[in-house]
Amino acid sequence: MDTIEADVIAIITKRLPADKRDPQKPVQPSDRLEDIGMDSLGAVEMVFDLEEKFDIEIPYNANTPRTEFDKVSDVVAAIKKLIDGQSK
Amino acid sequence: MTHRVVVTGWGVISPIGHTAASFWSNLSKGVSGIAPATIIPVDQLAQKIVAEVKDYDQSKHFDERVLPSLDRVSQFAVVAAREAIAQSGLSFEAGLSERTGCIIGTGVGGQNTVDDNYKKIYAEHAKRLHPLTIPRLMVNAPASQVSMQCGIRGPTFVVASACASATHAIGLAYQQVRSGALPCALTGGTEACITFGTMRSWEALRVLAPDNCRPFSRDRKGLVIGEGAAMIVLETLEHAQKRSANILGEIVGFGMSADAGDLLSPNLGGMSRALQAALADGGLNPEDIQYINAHGTGTAANDETETGAIKNVFGAHAKKLALSSNKSMLGHSLGAAGALELVATLMSVRDSIAPPTINYLGPDPACDLDYVPNEARNMRIDAAVSNSFAFGGLNAVLAVRRAA
Repeated sequence: MDTIEADVIAIITKRLPADKRDPQKPVQPSDRLEDIGMDSLGAVEMVFDLEEKFDIEIPYNANTPRTEFDKVSDVVAAIKKLIDGQSK
Repeated sequence: MTHRVVVTGWGVISPIGHTAASFWSNLSKGVSGIAPATIIPVDQLAQKIVAEVKDYDQSKHFDERVLPSLDRVSQFAVVAAREAIAQSGLSFEAGLSERTGCIIGTGVGGQNTVDDNYKKIYAEHAKRLHPLTIPRLMVNAPASQVSMQCGIRGPTFVVASACASATHAIGLAYQQVRSGALPCALTGGTEACITFGTMRSWEALRVLAPDNCRPFSRDRKGLVIGEGAAMIVLETLEHAQKRSANILGEIVGFGMSADAGDLLSPNLGGMSRALQAALADGGLNPEDIQYINAHGTGTAANDETETGAIKNVFGAHAKKLALSSNKSMLGHSLGAAGALELVATLMSVRDSIAPPTINYLGPDPACDLDYVPNEARNMRIDAAVSNSFAFGGLNAVLAVRRAA
């Protein structure tokens, strides 16, 4: 796991409801955000955390969340793409 | 003893008209008030569209001497209140002033003043602020200013419940008049929070539509911020009849609830309880209602949940109802929305016209009722409800009837 992936997973984990966080079952890249309990408010806060952490702008509309971020790996890929785009 | 509560005056200042008549003329034709913002710079905004009160000239309505005490939100309140009172023909003399209430909803109060002054202090390092900064921005200012400008000396205060503020305010005024505590009340809602700081805060919530407001439609992408004010004059039926007032409509029921759940996500149970309470309060059966002025913000969650709540409360009758969202034209004016929409509901009943939900692209499987898409409809409406559901899980619904 690279550092970006680890950072993204840490942020996602922090934004899950307390009763959905299980230290025995860490969040995996293949997990779907909806399946692991990410709600709409958590997702908006997650996007904010990611923007602050990586100093990027994420185009995200809470009205169409599932098409933008489905799996944890989608979030990681989107962040990497945005970071790449910025460094060019 | 309870009293029947009738509406004898209305006043509106809105993105589609500066008077009640022009507002209704445009609303019932499906005219949009949504356009790129002009009162704030948009170059640093991701979402550039709003529903502004266009071509508003404060000097046309207020003397230069009083303007320093009036935030835009209070100005809108006074402009709409003056129109409503003039139409009602009431004169607050001979003791009536002391027995008239002034209950006004607003979401955030003097936001333009707050924003301007933060900019002056933090960005421009101003040495001093205007001495009337505090009384301009205080959240009760709209009610205080209406009271002062219109000479209303009875119970006067502001109600704040975000997007349900005006509906809560009108509902409280209705209860005061119905109970006989007051023979008259001026009530409604006002909002003017299209400022750079507020818009950036809304962007942060990720719920603004980049393209347009499309309530209940497929491909809807969120809400559009609006502004404006609407005020109505309420009287007991006896009081109105005694002075041969022109009766515009009747408010018959009010229901409130809180979700005590999620801060932002709408809740089917909370919405349903407010709807049921309004019907029960008005002695109405679901089958008595022909039209619903929906909250219909254009967000994915509200419109789906509101549709579910209506089906939950109205059962099989839900499919026979017409419902539409004025926010497709007016945007979401937050604390004023419930008042603009109640006036529209009263006008719909009076004129037998259901205004359309414009910008409708086609059905969303989760929103499968009759939303009066894109074209207004002529239909007899004997009774209708107007929904308001606020962030923080606060719900309020008013029920109205044709004036008998």
